[in-house]
Amino acid sequence: MSKLEISLYRYNPEKDKFPYMKTYNVDKPSRDIMILDLLHLLKESDESISYRRSCREGVCGSDGMSINGKNGLACITPISSVLKGNKIELRPLPGLPVIRDLVVDMSEFYAQYEKIKPFLQNDTTAPEQERLQSPADRDKLDGLYECILCACCSTSCPSFWWNPDKFVGPAALLQAYRFLADTRDLSTDERLEDLADPFSVYRCHGIMNCVSVCPKSLNPNKAIGEIKSMLLKNKKNIIASERA
Amino acid sequence: MHKYNSSNIKTLEFDALIIGGGGSGMRASLELAKSGLKTAVVSKVFPTRSHTVSAQGGITCAIQSADPNDDWRWHMYDTVKGADFIGDQDAIEYMCSEGPKAVFELEHMGLPFSRFDNGRIYQRPFGGQSKDFGKGGQAARTCAAADRTGHALLHTLYQNNIKEGSNFLNEWFAVDLVKNSKNEVTGVIAFSIESGEVAYLKAQATVLATGGAGRIYASTTNALINTGDGLGMALRSGFPAQDMEMWQFHPTGIYGAGSLVTEGCRGEGGYLVNADGERFMERYAPNVKDLAGRDVVARSMVLEILEGRGCGENKDHVFLKLDHLGADVLNAKLPGICELSRTFAHVDPIYEPIPVIPTCHYMMGGTPTNVNGQAFQRLDNKDLTIPGLYAAGEAACVSVHGANRLGGNSLLDLVVFGRATGKHIQEEIKSGGGVESSSASDVDESLERLNKLNESSSGYQTAEVKRQLQTCMQNYFGVFRRGEFMKKGVEELKEIREKTDNLFVADKSAAFNTNRVEALELQNLLEVAEATAIAALERNESRGAHARDDYPDRDDENWLCHSMYDPKTKTLSKREVNFSPNQVDPFPPAVRSY
Repeated sequence: MSKLEISLYRYNPEKDKFPYMKTYNVDKPSRDIMILDLLHLLKESDESISYRRSCREGVCGSDGMSINGKNGLACITPISSVLKGNKIELRPLPGLPVIRDLVVDMSEFYAQYEKIKPFLQNDTTAPEQERLQSPADRDKLDGLYECILCACCSTSCPSFWWNPDKFVGPAALLQAYRFLADTRDLSTDERLEDLADPFSVYRCHGIMNCVSVCPKSLNPNKAIGEIKSMLLKNKKNIIASERA
Repeated sequence: MHKYNSSNIKTLEFDALIIGGGGSGMRASLELAKSGLKTAVVSKVFPTRSHTVSAQGGITCAIQSADPNDDWRWHMYDTVKGADFIGDQDAIEYMCSEGPKAVFELEHMGLPFSRFDNGRIYQRPFGGQSKDFGKGGQAARTCAAADRTGHALLHTLYQNNIKEGSNFLNEWFAVDLVKNSKNEVTGVIAFSIESGEVAYLKAQATVLATGGAGRIYASTTNALINTGDGLGMALRSGFPAQDMEMWQFHPTGIYGAGSLVTEGCRGEGGYLVNADGERFMERYAPNVKDLAGRDVVARSMVLEILEGRGCGENKDHVFLKLDHLGADVLNAKLPGICELSRTFAHVDPIYEPIPVIPTCHYMMGGTPTNVNGQAFQRLDNKDLTIPGLYAAGEAACVSVHGANRLGGNSLLDLVVFGRATGKHIQEEIKSGGGVESSSASDVDESLERLNKLNESSSGYQTAEVKRQLQTCMQNYFGVFRRGEFMKKGVEELKEIREKTDNLFVADKSAAFNTNRVEALELQNLLEVAEATAIAALERNESRGAHARDDYPDRDDENWLCHSMYDPKTKTLSKREVNFSPNQVDPFPPAVRSY
């Protein structure tokens, strides 16, 4: 039977001075299983291995990790799609502090999400029923609202690695645009103002790592482009009104 | 590893504590965040990782969008019938009549519902829905955000909790309830999964919003985290559980993987076929065919397979056909299903049918509550509320689902009763209601389970015992049940309890110790499984999701009632069903056909 060689990032803050890579050799499963299933197998033989997981079907965003060098969700990544020879290397998402093994501290990532005020703002009195929205306007939210906050995109972005406190990052910017694009939201100007500094949006240089890793096939780069256009248009309007 | 006791752990004090950050927990916390009460949501995962995120098809509610003449009373009728007449009609009435308000609130919060051309919320047909009390044909009453309604709902609730400044204890695991000398609930023992720090979270009100426990079965649509933690805590504290024999098997779990394929697929026009390519639901439910109640469809599928008309090499599943709907409809209405199907079944529904099999999906039973979310126990055949303890959502049994839940009613249940629970706690606390403090020894008692696991130096392996538990439940308490097999199952569970009482947690470290968490979860699963097994063996009839080979008929004379499982004696008693709605005449039991 052929073997798999799995190289796993290990770090336990109570025991290890430094993180290290540990190799596990296991029989190659007879059918193509997901990386998460592989981790379950490893954990049965070594119960100290730690990772997050919940839905195991790609909708909760718990198990983002670096799989043979590329960020993805363990639960929807089949072994066959990533195998290099017989080797698989699993590391935590890059750029965030490691708590233990594959578990990272996502506080900075969540802080950026909260910073963009990820909730609908509309102070007008709500009607008794729903606020109306045409299907065409609702379509503008497709490709945006589906984000699962797995952080695969932001932690694949060098600008986020460099300035996680100042650059909002692709995931949160996608959500910033989700509310800018929502016809029911009335805080467009304030939202744009909050993003107008040199770091929040403009540290994106369009290298599209975010697009290439998104497990939900979303396109943060496009959303960031839209925000930049809106910022530019807003700026023009401000200049025009100042001249008038 | 030192031993924890009341003097070496922190006490954190709150007005209200919500255990669980899914839909019902976050709807309750939203209500409380606005109240100024000191509240914390204790969630073992970051809230948007909760299982509500996996709900697909929608939230059923008579908002009069698809049909301006729709009526919540029709929805109520469908729900009563779907429940096979053991849902409490006061609770169902409350849910169906308050529902529209709760759904419009979600829209106002920003939930990105799909829309009709007139700009109103899109509604699709789901199983068991009718107009005019079953006489007006199929209704379309399920409000949807494509096929990602649960995701949209959960994220919207989290976003609004951020807006209102709710307090979250994320990745904290609740271990056991703390009680005082009067048997009232005064909070929980919990620990931070990240740091291992243990604390007594003290509160005037503790809400179990911990969701279901589908992981008692080997094959389930449920997330890995659905381990019945709230119910486990309540049962260990001696509080009862209601209708635990009632587990819904969803007709369409992806064969081999267990992932859910929404009933919305059949609502949009998809249908099931057997190995002969026959649309077999025409034989079992001639009127509504594939949109019969979930229990009916699941049983029909199993019968097809048992009679040799299953699909595939082993003839052990059937097919869900969607290709005739066309790529445009599938991409617009069911994009998530296409994605899941490609990933887990390796088929593209645009061209090929999806292999499906009935899969454990939903726990109709749970901690019994009234419409205010107050948990109760039974004394002299009367409901007696448990001061300090509440439950909402799938963890609770209020009971709106009775013996079988209708599709789209779970999301409605969790927002309506999460909201009601939050409102009630505010009133209760502001009017001075509360519970007396627990003593140091009360706290110590609730630390015992954690201490025992931490100190374990040998014993059974969690993964191994979990597999035994799941296999036992799958074999003896599945879609069809039989007394002699169930007796065997109950015996096996006794042996399994012996093992779950003696688990070995090899990993003793503090930080992110998932070995410890999984052992604690398995002990919760065992409590739920045992309650299920004993209740299922006792109910000598077939009703809703509970289908017995040896008692194939519904027995209204003896079993038109709830079952109440008492964990102290491991016995079952009966509780009357509520047939006293406030605004409409009650719906009397009738033959349930589709």
